[in-house]
Amino acid sequence: MRDFEYEAPASIAEAVRMLAGQNGAARPLAGGTDLIDQIRVGRHQPEVVVDLKKIPELNVLELSSAGLRLGAAVPAFEIYGHEGVAQAYAALVDSARIIGGIQIQSRASIGGNLCNSGPAADSTPSLIALGAVAVIVGPAGKREVAVEEFCTGPGKNVLKPGEFLLELKFPPRPPHSGSSYQRFIPRNEMDIAVVGVGASVVLDERGIKFVSARIGLGAVGPTPYFAAEASQLLAGQPVNEAMIEKAAAATRAIAKPIDDMRGTKEFRMHVTGVLARRVLEQAIARARQ
Amino acid sequence: MAKKRVVSTTINGRQVEFLCEPRQTLLEVLRDTLELTGTKEGCSNGNCGACTVLMNGRPVVSCLVLAVETEGAALETIEGVAPVEGLDLIQQAFLENAALQCGICTPGFIMSTKALLAENPDPSEHDVRFYLSGNLCRCTGYDKIVRAVLDSARKKKLAAAAK
Amino acid sequence: MSTVEHGKAVEGPNGNGKPYKVIGTRPIRHDGVDKVTGRAKYGADVRLTGSLAGVVLRSPHAHANIRSIDVSAALALPGVRGVVIHKDLCDPGNRMLELGEGAVNLRHLSNNVLAADKVLYRGHAVAAVAADTVHIAEQAAELIKVDYEVLPAVVDVEAAMLPTAPLLHVDLLTDELGQTATKPSNIAKHFRFESGDIEKGFSAAKLVIEREFRTATVHQGYIEPQNATAHWNADGHITVWTSTQGSFTVRQQVAELVGVPVSRVKVIPMEIGGGFGGKIRVYLEPVAAILSKRTGKPVKVLMNRSEVFEGTGPTPGSYILVKLGVDAGGKIIAAQAYMAYEAGGYPGSPIGAGAMCIFACYEIPNGRIDGYDVVVNKPQTSAYRAPGATNAAFAMETVVDEICDQLKIDPLEFRLNNAAREGTRRVDGPVFPRVGMIESVEAIKNSEHWQTPLTGKNQGRGVASGFWFNCGLKSAASATVNADGTVSLVEGSTDIGGSRTGIAMQLAEALGIAAEDVMPTVGDTDSVGYTDVTGGSRVTFATGYAAYEAARDIQRQLVERAARIWEVDPKQVAYEQGSIVGPGGKKFTFKELAALVNKTGEPIIGRGAVDPEGCGGAFATHVVDVEVDPDTGKVQVLRYTASQDVGTAIHPSYVEGQIQGGVVQGIGWGLNEEYFYDAAGTMKNATFLDYRMPTCYDLPLIDPILVEVPNPGHPYGVRGVGEVPIVPPPAALANAIAHAVGVRMKQLPMSPPRVLREILAKKK
Ligand SMILES: Cc1cc2nc3c(=O)[nH]c(=O)nc-3n(C[C@H](O)[C@H](O)[C@H](O)COP(=O)(O)OP(=O)(O)OC[C@H]3O[C@@H](n4cnc5c(N)ncnc54)[C@H](O)[C@@H]3O)c2cc1C
Ligand code: FES
Ligand code: FES
Repeated sequence: MRDFEYEAPASIAEAVRMLAGQNGAARPLAGGTDLIDQIRVGRHQPEVVVDLKKIPELNVLELSSAGLRLGAAVPAFEIYGHEGVAQAYAALVDSARIIGGIQIQSRASIGGNLCNSGPAADSTPSLIALGAVAVIVGPAGKREVAVEEFCTGPGKNVLKPGEFLLELKFPPRPPHSGSSYQRFIPRNEMDIAVVGVGASVVLDERGIKFVSARIGLGAVGPTPYFAAEASQLLAGQPVNEAMIEKAAAATRAIAKPIDDMRGTKEFRMHVTGVLARRVLEQAIARARQ
Repeated sequence: MAKKRVVSTTINGRQVEFLCEPRQTLLEVLRDTLELTGTKEGCSNGNCGACTVLMNGRPVVSCLVLAVETEGAALETIEGVAPVEGLDLIQQAFLENAALQCGICTPGFIMSTKALLAENPDPSEHDVRFYLSGNLCRCTGYDKIVRAVLDSARKKKLAAAAK
Repeated sequence: MSTVEHGKAVEGPNGNGKPYKVIGTRPIRHDGVDKVTGRAKYGADVRLTGSLAGVVLRSPHAHANIRSIDVSAALALPGVRGVVIHKDLCDPGNRMLELGEGAVNLRHLSNNVLAADKVLYRGHAVAAVAADTVHIAEQAAELIKVDYEVLPAVVDVEAAMLPTAPLLHVDLLTDELGQTATKPSNIAKHFRFESGDIEKGFSAAKLVIEREFRTATVHQGYIEPQNATAHWNADGHITVWTSTQGSFTVRQQVAELVGVPVSRVKVIPMEIGGGFGGKIRVYLEPVAAILSKRTGKPVKVLMNRSEVFEGTGPTPGSYILVKLGVDAGGKIIAAQAYMAYEAGGYPGSPIGAGAMCIFACYEIPNGRIDGYDVVVNKPQTSAYRAPGATNAAFAMETVVDEICDQLKIDPLEFRLNNAAREGTRRVDGPVFPRVGMIESVEAIKNSEHWQTPLTGKNQGRGVASGFWFNCGLKSAASATVNADGTVSLVEGSTDIGGSRTGIAMQLAEALGIAAEDVMPTVGDTDSVGYTDVTGGSRVTFATGYAAYEAARDIQRQLVERAARIWEVDPKQVAYEQGSIVGPGGKKFTFKELAALVNKTGEPIIGRGAVDPEGCGGAFATHVVDVEVDPDTGKVQVLRYTASQDVGTAIHPSYVEGQIQGGVVQGIGWGLNEEYFYDAAGTMKNATFLDYRMPTCYDLPLIDPILVEVPNPGHPYGVRGVGEVPIVPPPAALANAIAHAVGVRMKQLPMSPPRVLREILAKKK
């Protein structure tokens, strides 16, 4: 493995200084489940690795009436181990449970998943569906970016040199809401999504009409997508198969997949529709519970 | 070259300090510096689980942990599983159920099993398969491993009841 | 799990259903404690003082000429001790060397170990560096400048056979049915097996089905990467520590490639983390040896996972066409196959074995098989569990199933009706002795699995059979009687799956002592007699035979010793069930006499050295239930039962384990595993993340049925069991998918995109 220095700052200010001082040659480290292998194979060649896990603010996991605050370095197992979160933010928990195996989940963070900015990241469609906002900190202070605007290309995102992700902020969940994330993989675990779809729905009191919906989509383009049209067309509509089918079709319409070792283009298109339907159905079932 | 660091950890209950370069993984340090070669390397990218150790009680793949990250951590490796005399019940169950062929995956499976049973003392076959899916075995087809893990749980319960 | 008994089974003294005390029981393996505590030493665990780390530089191109290699910058890096390239190896000449499960051309082997003037696949080794640490060696390898002239690559067998294909070897002239062709091509060999008259057979047939099949390149997938540590001593003796399936085979290959007599090479076999055929040919051992010669220090070279995928032997992708004709009663009357297997960069695919296996489960009155060995820009193929047979069975067993569907014949009845049996002549000539094809089918027919109907939606059941030869070859063992009544056994077969226990049990059985009273060790090449590779399902058969011979030798010596002590004629003394009995009720137990051995004369050491014929082929029949998601094409295996004629199961747990492991490898091959190439010939999935081997979460329990038809060629009836279980699964899965969703899959792997495409095409 290439040589590098290691720093483990204990405060945000220190971290900003270390990351900003290196002319882009410093790289943040969270759980390391992407980064360490990427350094090993030469995809990243940082001079300094800045371990962010010792900073208290990055380890926040706080559920309140204001919503959910998820520190960027919180490992997956803590998320699904938190009962309140599992209830309210089911799609996030669906994602956290399937990233890698148990060993990976001991370390992998949702922050790292988002910042790695892979098109197939399993949490990003859920974050989009749940309306999460990325809180970024850097030399110029804090700023917020909606998750659907965070990724700009495979492995690329809006973070500027010296900036890092501090936390993800989720709006509170209204009553009668439910969410779900599902992905397609050839095996049953330990695979990268061939297609991933997250959905969140808010239903009326009787559970027969959509108040609103959000659908996030992964592995079918250079970045994860927010399926805006599919999401909007559900608002105010009755909950029935035809509407779900319509939304699934609209979701599929924005997929721009490629052929690769994980799946063909036509396969991904088809499965996008299938999964959109399935996650909507599951989100609805959860909303009705 | 980056300066070597001194890292203080607890490994298998003993205070251990070691020197390492930042680029060295925990797996490399365990095997090459500390001569704890029971932890195996199968892929060095987190996919096979042969290098599984427990870090602060959680199973991790040591090929994806930098050794410097373990400062202050409590680590447990396969070398620390057996009591002074005899074997741990998990090890016993692996032997009795013939759950190994070549044995290269075995230390990793035993570490994951240890973590599983600490979390869930009474797992179903499905629980076992889900929890162990991060450990690859190419020899056994997993049948006897799954049986051994279920048997370990049974053995542990009996032992606890006997106490 | 159940055991079906055939032959003369008598209730044994310990109630294991056999006339045996030890055989058929399940003792804890002798190396078990070391393996569950992490103390067992595998190749990568070797630690020698002052040793250097070696790293291999590999070709980034699938096909290129090497114009020049400049190692100066690498050598200049502080901490680098030496660099080697092809010319540092010795030219072994254009000769063949038998490795036990296939032969290699030594010049090709040497070019494969370090490329001479041409790289033939991405991952082909080009140079190697030894340095103080692995990190420095990696950095140095990047500093080696190789000037490549990149050539067009061909990675597909059908494309490689076209006259317009890029040529891998300008001097490769096809051996065309025994004649040497005049123009070079990528086809190394075309051979034909023939019996009867297929034209007549097909014209008499009621139903003829002809189908084409394609299978992807797959890897053995052992979890332990290749490794080698070597020390070239100042006295010219070389010691090699490695994880190998055959220490003597490594010794010979290293000696040939570095140019020393075999006696100068000592190979110390370390524990081995899986092989399945892939750890027979050498990759790193000669490189470590010459790096050690160059640096004067021990050198350890390890592969990483990507190197294993890109640089070591996979098993071939293939194109197979099968045409079968049956009469109205469902009897096969004609069978024809055209089979082309990828050899990788150099000739030598397992096409021969594939061609001999393709029709072997059946009685075929009229048959013809054409086989082609074709070079492509992929890693040189190596043996993989029943090499060549799985590809063949996928094609044959799928066509058989289609015939059964069309004629509405029960697939097990079809097999019983057509099964190969004693006296059946294979299309390639040999006549079967007593074999267990029929029994393997009957065991499935009688299984609870087969008799439980499937009811769920999108579920289907499939069956398939398979054949593998097994082999005998040479084995040696020696055994010393200890004063405490135990025996130390040294044998030459490296142990991949508990075989030392199976061998020790045969010695124990013969001596009438407990399995625990035998201490088996796998010897190095200086401490045990020549032993062929752990492969060909031969170890429990042949090395067990050697242990049996060693036990007989001990028996003879103990009888003599007792006679000496009792002062009687040895003819009056006999060895009976662990005791030495003489006239007038004189008797020693083994333990009693063992205690006297060193007090009464010379030590007692038994020797066994065998080269047995009669290894006996193995047959298997499998049944699998699957559920297919019609929206995604994903196949879930619900239930799996595998029956197999195992001869005598020495240690039933490890026989079951061989079957379960082979089945799961076959499931991986059938459903998801493949080398995925881009247009430039780069494998895009050289990691365990994207080369998808099954995890435990993908599988049900695998039920083995051990059918015991004792092999007459072995004192305890042992038959090889390790390889045939991989043969039926892809076909069984394909047949199950057909019954679940009505689509016939003709390409491996049957991955979700492919299955879905067929499902959607059928709907249209
Ligand atoms: C065996 C295996 C299986 C996997 N399976 C899955 C899977 O099923 N689904 C999936 O989506 N992923 C999977 N992954 C990938 C990986 O585990 C996830 O992407 C994980 O969430 C990354 O989190 P981390 O904390 O380990 O990130 P790290 O590796 O620490 O970091 C990832 C990237 O983000 C950057 N980064 C990290 N934190 C910050 C921050 N706060 N601010 C700015 N940049 C930051 C790093 O510099 C790096 O580039 C798998 C990986 C492995 C090894
Ligand atoms: S070596 Fe760490 S997971 Fe394979
Ligand atoms: S026993 Fe060999 S890999 Fe598991």
